[in-house]
Amino acid sequence: MTATTAPLATTAVRAAKQPPARLRAWVTRAPLLPALVFMIVVTQLPFVATLVISFFDWNALYPKARRFTGLANYRQVLTDADLRHSVWTTVLLTVAVVLASLVLGLVLALLLDRRFRGRGIVRTLLIAPFLVVPVAAALLWKHVLYNPEYGLLNGLLHYVGGPQPDWISNTPLLAVEASLVWQWTPFMMLILLAGLQSRDQQQIEAARVDGASDWQIFRHLTLPHLRRYLELGALLGSVYIVQNFDAVFTLTSGGLGTANLPYTVYQSFYQAHENGLASAAGVLVVIGSIVIATFALRVVSSLFREEVSRA
Amino acid sequence: MSATAVRRRARRGSGLGLVAWLAGVVFFLPVAWMALTSFHSEADAATNPPSFTASLTLDGYREFFGTGGGASPWPALINSTVASVASTVCVLLLALPAAYALSVRPVRKWTNVLFFFLSTKMLPAVAGLLPIYLFAKNAGMLDNIWLLVVLYTSMNLPIAVWMMQSFLAEVPVAVIEAARVDGASLPVILARVVAPIALPGIAATALICFIFSWNELLFARVLTGVVAGTAPVFLTGFITSQGLFLAKVCAASLVVSLPVLAAGFAAQDKLVQGLSLGAVK
Repeated sequence: MTATTAPLATTAVRAAKQPPARLRAWVTRAPLLPALVFMIVVTQLPFVATLVISFFDWNALYPKARRFTGLANYRQVLTDADLRHSVWTTVLLTVAVVLASLVLGLVLALLLDRRFRGRGIVRTLLIAPFLVVPVAAALLWKHVLYNPEYGLLNGLLHYVGGPQPDWISNTPLLAVEASLVWQWTPFMMLILLAGLQSRDQQQIEAARVDGASDWQIFRHLTLPHLRRYLELGALLGSVYIVQNFDAVFTLTSGGLGTANLPYTVYQSFYQAHENGLASAAGVLVVIGSIVIATFALRVVSSLFREEVSRA
Repeated sequence: MSATAVRRRARRGSGLGLVAWLAGVVFFLPVAWMALTSFHSEADAATNPPSFTASLTLDGYREFFGTGGGASPWPALINSTVASVASTVCVLLLALPAAYALSVRPVRKWTNVLFFFLSTKMLPAVAGLLPIYLFAKNAGMLDNIWLLVVLYTSMNLPIAVWMMQSFLAEVPVAVIEAARVDGASLPVILARVVAPIALPGIAATALICFIFSWNELLFARVLTGVVAGTAPVFLTGFITSQGLFLAKVCAASLVVSLPVLAAGFAAQDKLVQGLSLGAVK
């Protein structure tokens, strides 16, 4: 009896000692759990389901013909010319919009960083495009600005006797990009303006006293300081624009070679009812996003760490 | 610096101020033009060259609100309000405790949880759209506004957790410890101690979640229809309208954008801080 109770006693003692520590850790974590569980259920489970569906040949119109096909959907998606084109469109759209809005945003931020009369008003005017609901903004560009017969662009060209092109038909992708650049430039400007205003003014004054020109100050002090803000703007912009659906859907309905990946996935299950193919395309979008995301998270985490060390 | 150099700099400064004004006007022009067109009659709206002097009328707004025929936008506006407000409340209720656990009493290694939250934001919405659609169809939840509330909550929760943990990090730990020593429970600490101190940050988080939910189109388009359609879905009805309803389109776009425009102008600084996930202060 004693031989068996002794080990029991020690485990009991150990157990009595351990749970409080473990319990305390769980009490600390507990407030985190509802959000964590919610996120896993609502975002991760559907993705797992998408992954499973992507291995099936499944057209929603013929649900009885559903069968496992392995990687066939992926093979079809990767060899599909339309889909490869929409990959290319997504890359082009994202890179063009992010770069253009970043450069424009930098110029505007530099302008707004100076003191001038009515700076607050100009800032408010510049933010407006970002605050128009995306679908409304796309409608505005489609009907009010781009329309070949009574749009504002051609209306203004009329005064200078310019040509009257049909913008969306002639340069569809550029038309989508221009409207997105208009919407996203204010966002970049706001981030870069925050970066400019966090510069060390004493350092700049010192450089100026030492005879540095404006360009030298910009090149060797401002630009290196802004690097993190430029990276942050580019990454957050990429995350949103890669997933853009509203502008493509509204302006061209994916026609004229402007269908990007989100639109293609939407179309292949909403209109073609090809569940398996749509899921495979969706998984490929995710893989592409993971590549961007890994990079994005690293930059954000370095910003985060910097902040922690400052605190 | 010589006097002439100062003067030269000052002159160039005012010149650049003018350039900034010009840029501001160019960027604002489409919005201003949309506003002006919304007050024109349909005949005056669709002219080339554009008319700047046409008489103003409220016909576009009357048409939009359905008194001149066509579907009423009120159900869509109410749906958008319900979806945005309800999901924002849910987000705050879930994010506040989570952000508290992550910032005020961080457990080592669990910082990774923060990155897990952010990484879900990089998972494209289309990645889970089909299973969610199939689930909604089988559960009889298609065209149900509460499904959107759940999805919008998941869409905004990661951003909210990130923003809030950076705001909560500014709450003095001593105050929280004092409350705990006095025997306050977690909900009491959150509601009576943390929330009041972090109120501006919480308000900014709520604002951003509201804007994102209000703007969302893809989920709403796929999962709702006649009954639960939101304002952006209502707007998609104008995609193919050819010319005939230009004033109405402008009135509709402006009315739907108004809550976002008002909120955004009112909280410009908070907006950028929130959108950059608190990384830019």
